Amino acid sequence: MAVSLVAAVLIVGLFIVGIRLMQSPTSALWGNRLGSTAMLLALIWAFVSTGWADIGLVLVYIGIGTAIGLLLAQSVKMIHMPQTVALLNGFGGAASALVVWAAVIGYAGEDAALVFWGTSGLAVGVGALTFSGSVVAVLKLQGIAFRKPVQFPGYGHIFRATLAAAVIITILNAVMVGSMYGVLVPVLVLLCLLGGFLMTLRIGGADMPIVISLLNSFSGIAAAVAGLAVENFVLVGAGSLVGVAGLVLTRIMCQAMNRSLLAVLTGFTPGAHAQTQGEKEEPEEAAEPKSAALGEADLPGILREAKRVIIVPGYGMAVSHAQDAVRQLTNAFEKNGAEVKFAMHPVAGRMPGHMYVLLAEVGIDYDKLMDLKPINPQFAHADLALIVGACDVVNPAANAAENTPISGMPILNAGEAKNVVVCNLDEKPGYSGVDNTLYHQEHVITVWGDASETVPRLTEMLTSG
Amino acid sequence: MPNIFAMLIILVVAALLGYRAISAVPSLLHTPLMSGMNALSGITVVGAVAVFVTAPEGASGWAAAALVLAMINVAGGFWVTERMLRMFKAKSSDITEEEVPWQ
Repeated sequence: MAVSLVAAVLIVGLFIVGIRLMQSPTSALWGNRLGSTAMLLALIWAFVSTGWADIGLVLVYIGIGTAIGLLLAQSVKMIHMPQTVALLNGFGGAASALVVWAAVIGYAGEDAALVFWGTSGLAVGVGALTFSGSVVAVLKLQGIAFRKPVQFPGYGHIFRATLAAAVIITILNAVMVGSMYGVLVPVLVLLCLLGGFLMTLRIGGADMPIVISLLNSFSGIAAAVAGLAVENFVLVGAGSLVGVAGLVLTRIMCQAMNRSLLAVLTGFTPGAHAQTQGEKEEPEEAAEPKSAALGEADLPGILREAKRVIIVPGYGMAVSHAQDAVRQLTNAFEKNGAEVKFAMHPVAGRMPGHMYVLLAEVGIDYDKLMDLKPINPQFAHADLALIVGACDVVNPAANAAENTPISGMPILNAGEAKNVVVCNLDEKPGYSGVDNTLYHQEHVITVWGDASETVPRLTEMLTSG
Repeated sequence: MPNIFAMLIILVVAALLGYRAISAVPSLLHTPLMSGMNALSGITVVGAVAVFVTAPEGASGWAAAALVLAMINVAGGFWVTERMLRMFKAKSSDITEEEVPWQ
């Protein structure tokens, strides 16, 4: 035990150092590489401690998984990162559940203790819940199914009853020290699969960052509890790290929306007062773009005279694939002698930090990307705030109006800039359903239409002068 | 039985140290952090190896499935994080950009 404890402390310690290196973009790559090295050490330690038994067969399965993983990671586009992470959350949860299930049927005959049966039920349950919840999240994000939040009469009761039944069966399984595991554990798995399904079913749009963070946390908790069940120190420590990381991100996302986790997971009906959304909803095919304000104001003049420009990107930019156009406009502004910064709202995108990755992908330097707190005082000194595909995160109604889904949500004060240009698809409200009062202010010019077409037009105006 | 106490201590200490380290990660790096955590949750692979080689016939199939899934996480998570982090560039490192005189 002493040796495996030392090995576990060493490996988990390396993981923590790796996370610490993730605190800066300059060292993050090495943090990731340190993490993968520690993972390799953990694998080798697993081989050593099992006496290299069945090593050939083990390596075949490891090879299959590695090949699939690398193929997936190499082919995925950055806009699809949320569903990729969601998918991997699901695999992580499923893997932990399967390991414990294999241990349960493998060791059932031996006199396993209460602790084993308690933790194994919990691990299988959380793993199953993570898996089904993640599958629904992937289907939603990929646009395959359940794109709109689904809710039906009695939803809350069914969800709560499912979870309560799962908890009771977990306890029962522990108390009966597995004497009926053959019935109880499969029933538990079914209940938790249903629970995860229901939990994610009614989450939509910009609440996705929260549910992905939460499922990330669950995949770690499943691993940690699985570690308790199969008595593996490394598994306990690393699982705990993942669980905490997911919870920290969940909390950050909730704070950025001024909503409690409970409010996200329960009580709201879509439609009348839909949930708080970070940015604009994905464009509807039927929406007819118009550009009424265009031509009335001296847009080319405003663009050319702007020396301090702040761009506010939202998910709408990503939906219309306008990142490259935004980069070209940025270059044109800089050539014109302007200073360009990007105002990043924490919930912009479909997962924590998504917008940063999308802008980095098209080669925009990360030192131009500013968080909400440091950028907000700078709007008042800006000549131009350019909003591309963002709505709720710049809606002054969040501060002014009471009892709306976005009331109290910290917003970007884009309206304080001397001039504001809005490149959104249409004037429909964002996902929250709250009308954007910014659109009606006098110094705001709206350019409705697909950002991948309207942003290049701005670039043209700027350069052809 | 002493195992359970050692495991609980590891659980709590890792959570506390992890909490401190993770809270300091800027939002710029939250997506890579998350995909890195995907890779880390693949740590289940060590449990899968142990169960696969010790469990009887009927259980090894389930453990094998866990081995494959956990390795998808490990390899997929680390590689996608690597790809993402390589895209993050600061001004000084972006040699393809033209110099902007007033900067």
